[in-house]
Amino acid sequence: MNWHAVRAIYGFEMARFWRTSMQSILAPVISTSLYFVVFGAAIGSRVSAVDGVPYGLFIVPGLMMLALLTQSISNASFGIYFPRFAGTIYEILSAPISPLEVVLGYVGAAASKSILIGLIILATSALFVPLHIEHPFWMVVFLLLTAITFSLFGFVIGLWADGFEKLQLVPLLIVTPLTFLGGSFYAIDMLPPFWRAVSLFNPVVYLISAFRWSFFGKADVSLGVSVAMIGLFLAVCLGLVTYIFRTGYRLKS
Amino acid sequence: MQPIIEIENLSKTYASGLAALSEVSLTIRRGEIFALLGPNGAGKSTLINIVCGIVTPSSGRVRANGHDILSDYRAARGAIGLVPQELTTDAFETVWDTVSFTRGLFGLRKDPAHIERVLRDLSLWEKRDSRIMTLSGGMKRRVLIAKALSHEPQILFLDEPTAGVDVALRQDMWRLVRRLREQGVTVILTTHYIEEAEEMADRVGVIRGGRIILVEEKAELMRKLGRKQLTLQLPAPVEVLPDSLAGFGLELASGGQELVYTYDTKGERTGITGLLTALSAAGIRFSDLNTSQSSLEDIFVDLVKERA
Ligand SMILES: Nc1ncnc2c1ncn2[C@@H]1O[C@H](COP(=O)(O)OP(=O)(O)OP(=O)(O)O)[C@@H](O)[C@H]1O
Ligand SMILES: [Mg+2]
Repeated sequence: MNWHAVRAIYGFEMARFWRTSMQSILAPVISTSLYFVVFGAAIGSRVSAVDGVPYGLFIVPGLMMLALLTQSISNASFGIYFPRFAGTIYEILSAPISPLEVVLGYVGAAASKSILIGLIILATSALFVPLHIEHPFWMVVFLLLTAITFSLFGFVIGLWADGFEKLQLVPLLIVTPLTFLGGSFYAIDMLPPFWRAVSLFNPVVYLISAFRWSFFGKADVSLGVSVAMIGLFLAVCLGLVTYIFRTGYRLKS
Repeated sequence: MQPIIEIENLSKTYASGLAALSEVSLTIRRGEIFALLGPNGAGKSTLINIVCGIVTPSSGRVRANGHDILSDYRAARGAIGLVPQELTTDAFETVWDTVSFTRGLFGLRKDPAHIERVLRDLSLWEKRDSRIMTLSGGMKRRVLIAKALSHEPQILFLDEPTAGVDVALRQDMWRLVRRLREQGVTVILTTHYIEEAEEMADRVGVIRGGRIILVEEKAELMRKLGRKQLTLQLPAPVEVLPDSLAGFGLELASGGQELVYTYDTKGERTGITGLLTALSAAGIRFSDLNTSQSSLEDIFVDLVKERA
């Protein structure tokens, strides 16, 4: 293993994060606060507790997931797309690095960033609601798994995209709607039966459900199904990345 | 001694169907400076990019420092430093960081002393904390060279190092290349300019339309370049030349119908007058005559033409 290379890529990507730390840290703090003001205080005061959990508290896992998903995808896709776009990818291609090491560096950094942001959101939430986490170990596990899975997914998008529009397209058209409709702000059984059935086709439902379980000990869908779905998605992303490197798709002519 | 780069029957056809390289075979000797000369689109960058791992070969074999570039890519690439043709650099990073980054990519532990040496050699030391985007084009090129040298490669590829570079930087560059050679580094550079190859290289290869059409020692090449041939058509075939013509190095061709004299246009005298005098003294007549440049000269005239 070329650990020096992994560390170099990881360090390079993290340096970019710290360089823009104002916006990378401040933005989630502000938006989380806004969510709490709007959903927690304004709407939450009219919504009764969900499953015995006060509404303001109920939305915390969903907010974290929302940020985790969008940040993982945008960090990872931008991280690999930019060198392709600028041409500096030649350095990665001509260095003695295996695909695995490239992925570890880029995806590791993207996941680290989104986990950091997730934790910042958690800390910000603590200012608004009394936090209690039922299964902290599992919370961390789901946090890690989600960040890694969606960073891998973002990495695939960054390799596939051949323009900035495409880079924005998938997050905008697919991920954001799925996340909002995935139960960030409501429990699935608050929906009418038809939409409840439709929701079960949304992979994000399983993520949020499992994550919420780690906070409150209650889930929309069974935990086993959630874990299986996350595992499946992780496997698909890994398969895609492997395929891309094996064929040199969009990397080498 | 084992060659440092061995290329065998290398071909590359891009996805567009364009055959950029056709059955290229080339051997680079350890420690030499090799100039690859050719017009735009000849396949110079394609060749370099394949050796460095940026472009996938369609067929053929390449070994760098004894290691196959595909099956043993770590060892092969580890020995190679590349300065690409395009000025592709990071923008927001500092000079120091970007050069250290490359060293890390090549799997080497940090060595600030080495990085400092490289930056000083390239007159970049004062700029070490500047962001790359604030540098001029020439400075950026120096940064690319510093990156390529950051991991102490045994082989250095310079893809058109002097394109868009002023005289001072060009001379710095040549000094650097000579110093690297003294340290035993093999340098392969591409250029459009014969003069540049003449100035720097130990050997010269000419590539054109994806084929290597010539590889020659520079000294030999320069000697051949100045030569012309005078062909005399004889009315009757001659079997043996008289002794009085022995000193001219004449050759008989076309079954004795032609007499070929090779002379040096760059020499003090061509010897043509003496030859004609000697011929008439020997009673050999000729019905026609013509002169021609060596095929090499043609190649270079074409190169120069395409450049213009
Ligand atoms: N990625 C690519 N896809 C398709 N064709 C390509 C690609 N890269 C290069 N070519 C073509 O391959 C041929 C050789 O290009 P190459 O860049 O190797 O030439 P070169 O000798 O380096 O030229 P120059 O002196 O202009 O740098 C050209 O016809 C070029 O258009
Ligand atoms: Mg080129």
